[in-house]
Amino acid sequence: MADTTMTTADGIPLKVSLRKALMRQKMRALMLVAPLFFFLFITFVMPILDMLFRSVDNSIVPDILPRTVLALEEWDPDVVDVPPEAAFEAMVKDIQEGYEAKTIGRVGRRLNFENPGMSSLFRKSGRRTKKINEAPYKEALIAIDDRWGESQTWRVIKKLSPKYTASYFLQAVDMQETVDGEITWQPEEYQVYLNLFWRTLVMSGIITILTIILGYPVAYLLATLPLRTSNLLMILVLLPFWTSLLVRTTSWIALLQTQGILNDLFVLVGLVDDDDRLQMIHNQFGTIVAMTHILLPFMILPLYSVMKTIPPSYMRAARSMGANPALAFVRVYMPNTVSGVGAGSILVFILAIGYYITPALVGGRTGTFISNYIATYISGAAQNWGLAAALGIILLALVLVLYLLYDKIVGIDNMKLG
Amino acid sequence: MTADHIVRFENVQKSYDGESLVVKNLNLNVERGEFLTMLGPSGSGKTTCLMMLAGFEPATHGEIFLNEQPINNVPPHKRGIGMVFQNYALFPHMTVAENLAFPLEVRKLPKADVEAKVKRALEMVQLPEFGGRRPAQLSGGQQQRVAVARALVFEPDLVLMDEPLGALDKNLREEMQYEIKHIHDNLGVSVVYVTHDQSEALTMSNRVAVFDDGVIQQLAAPDVLYEEPVNAFVAYFIGENNRLLGTVREVTGDYCMVELDGGGGVVKALAINIGGVGSRTTLSLRPERVVLSPAEGAVPNVLTGTVKELIYLGDHIRTRMTVSGNDEFIVKVPNAHGHASLKAGDTVQLGWVAEDSRALDAPQDGGPA
Ligand SMILES: Nc1ncnc2c1ncn2[C@@H]1O[C@H](COP(=O)(O)OP(=O)(O)OP(=O)(O)O)[C@@H](O)[C@H]1O
Ligand SMILES: [Mg+2]
Repeated sequence: MADTTMTTADGIPLKVSLRKALMRQKMRALMLVAPLFFFLFITFVMPILDMLFRSVDNSIVPDILPRTVLALEEWDPDVVDVPPEAAFEAMVKDIQEGYEAKTIGRVGRRLNFENPGMSSLFRKSGRRTKKINEAPYKEALIAIDDRWGESQTWRVIKKLSPKYTASYFLQAVDMQETVDGEITWQPEEYQVYLNLFWRTLVMSGIITILTIILGYPVAYLLATLPLRTSNLLMILVLLPFWTSLLVRTTSWIALLQTQGILNDLFVLVGLVDDDDRLQMIHNQFGTIVAMTHILLPFMILPLYSVMKTIPPSYMRAARSMGANPALAFVRVYMPNTVSGVGAGSILVFILAIGYYITPALVGGRTGTFISNYIATYISGAAQNWGLAAALGIILLALVLVLYLLYDKIVGIDNMKLG
Repeated sequence: MTADHIVRFENVQKSYDGESLVVKNLNLNVERGEFLTMLGPSGSGKTTCLMMLAGFEPATHGEIFLNEQPINNVPPHKRGIGMVFQNYALFPHMTVAENLAFPLEVRKLPKADVEAKVKRALEMVQLPEFGGRRPAQLSGGQQQRVAVARALVFEPDLVLMDEPLGALDKNLREEMQYEIKHIHDNLGVSVVYVTHDQSEALTMSNRVAVFDDGVIQQLAAPDVLYEEPVNAFVAYFIGENNRLLGTVREVTGDYCMVELDGGGGVVKALAINIGGVGSRTTLSLRPERVVLSPAEGAVPNVLTGTVKELIYLGDHIRTRMTVSGNDEFIVKVPNAHGHASLKAGDTVQLGWVAEDSRALDAPQDGGPA
C-alpha cells in the first residue's frame, strides 16, 4: 500500500496532470507567437539557409553538362593533356542540348568566374555545334575554337564538375584553388576582400568609439537633467528616427561636398584656398561622419536606460566619503554604466559592419564597406550569387563571433537595451 | 558659550522654486557627541536640512557652521561628514570590503591601515565574514549594517542618517535601532538622524527636533517632548493625545480656567501657550492620565462621559468616549485587578489633575507656534 507517487483527487498521478495543465498553457502561448514565428521563418531563416546553400552550390556545370562531367571522370590531366574523344562527343551533345534549352550561357558565365574567356567560348560554340552530328567530334570542336584543344579549358571544366565547391569561400578570402588542386593566394592585384573586411571592421570600430564619446555625455544629461529639459533633449535625440535615412545622408553630402556649405564657409573665413577645397565626402571621412551621426541614437538609448537606473545617491555617497566629483564619477558612476556601453557598442558595431546605403552614397572609393561589394554581386553585370553568399556568410560568422566574445567578457545578461 | 556645538544652523532658509520656503528661519545647535533626531511629517523639510548640512543643497539664506567654521562654500567631499542613505547607496560593482575601503582609499591611507580599519568596521557591525560579498548578496538588514559601517569607517565626528531604517520590517528595525544607538554610545560620534517614526525618535535620541512646515516646533529631550509639549502640533504628533477646545476664562499664575466647548463645564489647566482671557485654546491631555470614577475631591476636574467603544489590548482596555462633545476622547483603562468593567453606552465620571492638562494654542488662530 506504500504508494509514494502523489495523485490528484481523481487518481491521476500529480506529475501527469501538472504536465497536462502546463502543456495547455504552452500551446496557447505558442499560438500567440505563431504568426511572428511563421513570418520570421520565411523572411529570416529561409534566406539564411538559402544563402548557406548558394555559397557552396556548384550545380550549374554538372546539371547542364552531365555527359561531359561523366566522361571527364576517367580523365587524368596529369597523364594525358587532353581528354579522349568520348569527352568531346559528350561535350558536343551537352552543348547542343543546352543551346536548345538556352541554358548554355549560364555554364559559360559560371566558368568565366574561374577562367576569363570561357563565356565567349561557349557563346561561340553554342551556335556552331548545331552542325556537328558525326565523329570525329574532337577535330570539329577544335575547328570552331582552338581553345577546345587546350588542356586548361578541360581542366577548368573538370575542376567545376563536383556538385559542391569551396571556391567561393576561397575567393572571398582572396585565395584560389588552382586547376592543379592547390590552394594559394590570389595574385596580388586580385586581392580585395580581406582588405575590405579589415576596412569594414576598422571603420565600424572607429564609428563605435565616436558614438561612445559623443553619446555618453548626452545620455548622462538625459538621465540627470530635470524632466522637462530632458524630455526636450530626448525629442532631439529621437528626431533622426523620424527623418528618412536618405535625407540624412544626402544632407551630409550637401554639407561636406567640395562645393558644399562647410567648404564655402572655410573659404569665406579664409581657412582654405578656393582652389584646394577639402575633400570631405566620398571617402572614409565622409562615411565615418555620416554613419556616426546616423548610429548615434543606438548608442544613446541603451546608455540612457542604464544611467536612468543609477540612483543619484551613489554619487552623493561617494562625495560624502571624500571623493571629488571627478573621482566619484570615474570610480562609482562609470563602472555602473559598463553594461550600457557594452550594449550600445555591440548594437552600433553590428549595425555598422552591415551598413549599406550610407557608405554607398558617401563612401566613394575608399569609404565603402563589404556590404557594398556584396550588393554588386547580387545583381547587374557582375552577378555572382555564390560569391555574394560566401561574403555574406563570413560577415554573419564575424558578427556571431563578436557576439560570443562579448558574451564571454561582459555577459549578455548584463546587457540592457531599455 | 558655543564651543561645543559641532553643528550650528543660523537663520537658515531654503527655497527650491523661489516662491515658497521649505525651511523657514532655522536655528539649531547640535552638541558634540549628541544623537539628535529630526522628526516630522512628510514634506516638513527634514531631508532638505540634512542635504544642506551635507552640502548637496545650497542654503538660500543664512549660514551653517561645522565645528564653528562656516561651510556654505565648502564642497561636500571636503566636509568630512559620514552619511547613511535611505536606500543604503552601497556601490553594486564593489564588494562589501571594497565599499568600506572606498573612503579610506580616497584619503590615500596606506594599504595596511585600510585593511585593518575595514576589518574593524566589519566587526563593529557583526559582519566579519562578509567582506568578499557583493551588496546584492546581502539581506536588507545586512546591507543596512554595511551602510552604517561605511559611514563610520573613516572616523568622521558627524554622521547623518536619512531614514536609514525606512525599508526594514518592524522587528529588524527595532534591532537596528538598538545597534545604531549602541554604536553611537561606543564611538561618541555625533549623529543627526531623520525619521518620521516617532517611537524611533523617542527611543534613540538625546534630543528630538519636531519639524512641521519648515519650522522646528519644539526641540527637547524625548521625555520632555512627550510630557511637556509646548504647542498643539507637538502634543498631537508625539504620542496619543486628547484634544478639548475651549475658551480661557481666567488666568492665575501658572494656571488658567478654561470653559470647554460642548458644555463640559470649566476646568483648571496649566497655562502653557495661550493668549489673554477670552482667547481660544486647545486642552491637551494624555489618555493614560485620565482617571475613571475618581474619588470625591481627589481631582479638581471632573466631567461626565459616555462610552462608545471598547478595545481589549491585554494590558489595558482602550476606551473611546464622548466627553464634552468630543467623541474621539480616549481613555486607557489599566487591566488591573478589580477594574471597573464598562459597556458601550455606559455613562461614567472621569477626571484629571490640573497639571496633566495643558492649555495650548488653538487651531487656525494664528497664535504663536
Ligand atoms: N529637489 C527638490 N526640488 C523642489 N522641491 C523639493 C526638492 N526636494 C524637496 N522638495 C520639496 O521640499 C519640501 C520638503 O522636502 P523634504 O524632502 O525636505 O521633506 P522631508 O521632511 O524629508 O519629507 P519625507 O519625510 O517625506 O522624506 C517638500 O514639499 C518637497 O516637495
Ligand atoms: Mg526625507
